Amino acid sequence: MDGPQSVRPVGPVVIDIENITKDYVMGEETVHALRAVTLQIRRNEYLAVMGPSGSGKSTLMNMLGCLDTPSSGRYEFNGRNVKEMDDDELAAIRNREIGFVFQTFNLLPRANALRNVELPLIYAGMDPESRKERAAQALNDVGLGDRIHHKPNELSGGQRQRVAIARALVNNPSIILADEPTGNLDSKTGEEIMALLEDLYLRGNTIILVTHERDIAAHARRTIHLRDGLIEMDHMGFIPELDAAIAAT
Amino acid sequence: MKRFLYELEESWKIAAAQMRSNMTRSTLTALGVIIGIVAVTLMGTAISGISIGFDNSMSVLGDDVLYVTQWPWKPVDDWWNYRDRKKIETDYAEKINRIIAATSNSNLIVAVPTSSLMRSVKYEGNEVDGVFTLGTTSDFTLTSTIDPKEGRFFNEIESREGAQVVVVGYDVADALFPSESPIDKTVLINGQNFKVIGVNTRQGTFLGLFSWDSMVAIPLTAFNKYFSSKSASDVRPGGASTESDVRVKVKDKKKLAESKDELMGIMRRVRGLSPEKREDFSINEQQAFKSTLDPVKNTIAIAGLFITGLSLFVGAIGIMNITFVSVKERTKEIGTRKALGARRRTILLQFLIESTALCLLGGFIGLAVAYFLCFGIGKAFPSFPIQFSLGLVVTSMVVSVVTGLISGFAPAWTASRLDPVTALRYE
Repeated sequence: MDGPQSVRPVGPVVIDIENITKDYVMGEETVHALRAVTLQIRRNEYLAVMGPSGSGKSTLMNMLGCLDTPSSGRYEFNGRNVKEMDDDELAAIRNREIGFVFQTFNLLPRANALRNVELPLIYAGMDPESRKERAAQALNDVGLGDRIHHKPNELSGGQRQRVAIARALVNNPSIILADEPTGNLDSKTGEEIMALLEDLYLRGNTIILVTHERDIAAHARRTIHLRDGLIEMDHMGFIPELDAAIAAT
Repeated sequence: MKRFLYELEESWKIAAAQMRSNMTRSTLTALGVIIGIVAVTLMGTAISGISIGFDNSMSVLGDDVLYVTQWPWKPVDDWWNYRDRKKIETDYAEKINRIIAATSNSNLIVAVPTSSLMRSVKYEGNEVDGVFTLGTTSDFTLTSTIDPKEGRFFNEIESREGAQVVVVGYDVADALFPSESPIDKTVLINGQNFKVIGVNTRQGTFLGLFSWDSMVAIPLTAFNKYFSSKSASDVRPGGASTESDVRVKVKDKKKLAESKDELMGIMRRVRGLSPEKREDFSINEQQAFKSTLDPVKNTIAIAGLFITGLSLFVGAIGIMNITFVSVKERTKEIGTRKALGARRRTILLQFLIESTALCLLGGFIGLAVAYFLCFGIGKAFPSFPIQFSLGLVVTSMVVSVVTGLISGFAPAWTASRLDPVTALRYE
């Protein structure tokens, strides 16, 4: 059952989801984006969430990222009940516990790399000197130590995504949530970014990767497949044959 | 608290960057505020100018002087009851002074008679028409804030003997003697020679209220001899009938009411009124005049500020509009910030500061423009008592900030309430 790489021992439960649902009311119709999803994610996991569009992948990612709260079910993040949090508490969780990496990078165009990476630290209330130091360190960690004063439009796509990853890392979050991180990159740059994530994983970070690309998902140590708002399959490693079989159905 | 400060600092930086990158838009929007602030500031300046003008004119009357007159200093509906009152005679002053002298503990000090007429004043080729010509005694200096720039007021001897001497107001002196000192020159008042012995300092005129600048003062004895006729029916060509009153200085202006009562009693004796008869004269003080003028002043102030306030309001709408646009444009950025941990308050603050920064910028520029306009107006019309004060600067800055906060609130609130998921998905 093992994938191409060995599975490292995992730590305590970070995300504990039980029977969560999410319904959207679209006019007359109610869309059940998620129906009874149960999932546990532990520290030091490298998890890929896969599924075709409309499978509830994005909705699940929003839930995991505490951008949204479930309609029903239980969601605990590090033992804290997310469902009962107000906006500011969710903001605090996102700030300290979750590092977002977006497909479109979502950097602030007028701020240089350093200031972009500083942003979560500002919201965390860190003093200017320590946060500059931390942000520079994070940029150094993703190999952009010599680009800290560049603005996003002076950087290549791959470099922009590295800035975004540095920004996701800078607050030492419990999980890094990457939503199609290579979606806007060519395959070579994409591989570089995946190598960086692999490196981060090996250094002890918890990574959740949302993707519909099998090549990308193949980097993860555990894969879940979503379909119609349900987890269809949850398995360790990445099994190409299995995945192909699922894709064919 | 510390976090709040960092967020505040961050918001200011964003606001500055935002203004820099949208230069044209920011300038145009700020223009609305600039116009508003200029209008409000100038109006404020004008209002305080008017106020100072009123007060200057008022100070001529003196706050410790009672005026015995035929007409009261307030609007009356039953004017016919006053029309037929006996005129105030200048020799009442002497009678009042005698009674004051005989009263121990009197609240009054001295009574001074004045008579006035419009007369023309001539010196060589120059002539000024319609000069307010005042006949009075040397005691006049006790009841007035008169202040000679050159020379002096006439003394008791000149006053008693009816010496042909004159003290002229600043504007009169300026018109008659554009390039020389008027002192010891002889002017013609209605064909009579008067020697100039004093010139008053400039007081400033405003709205044609009392001012020494366009007056001349001569001893009452001389005035009566040459200008005044005893008969009330006297209407000489080009001259109206003489107006006389008696002004009485009080010892303690805090006891004005008691002093007024005392003077009332004295005047009744002078007029020989029996107790059941009503007074056929009026006793006035500065305050009465003030209370008539204050509502006028306030109405001007309120109307003026309201109208100019409208232009500031239009500017505020511009700011609100541009902040809404800014929120719309940066929806995705708001989503990103929220994903990175910005709280509602942070987003609210950010957009409030953006709108406030715009308003403050407008306020600064507007204030500078207003300052130069005031300076120009002051140079062009020196008689207008324009006043550009620190209070005005502070007020307009406060107004700018408040305008920014108010106009930015709705868009900032909208931004802070955005759902992060929707905002992130916004293209």
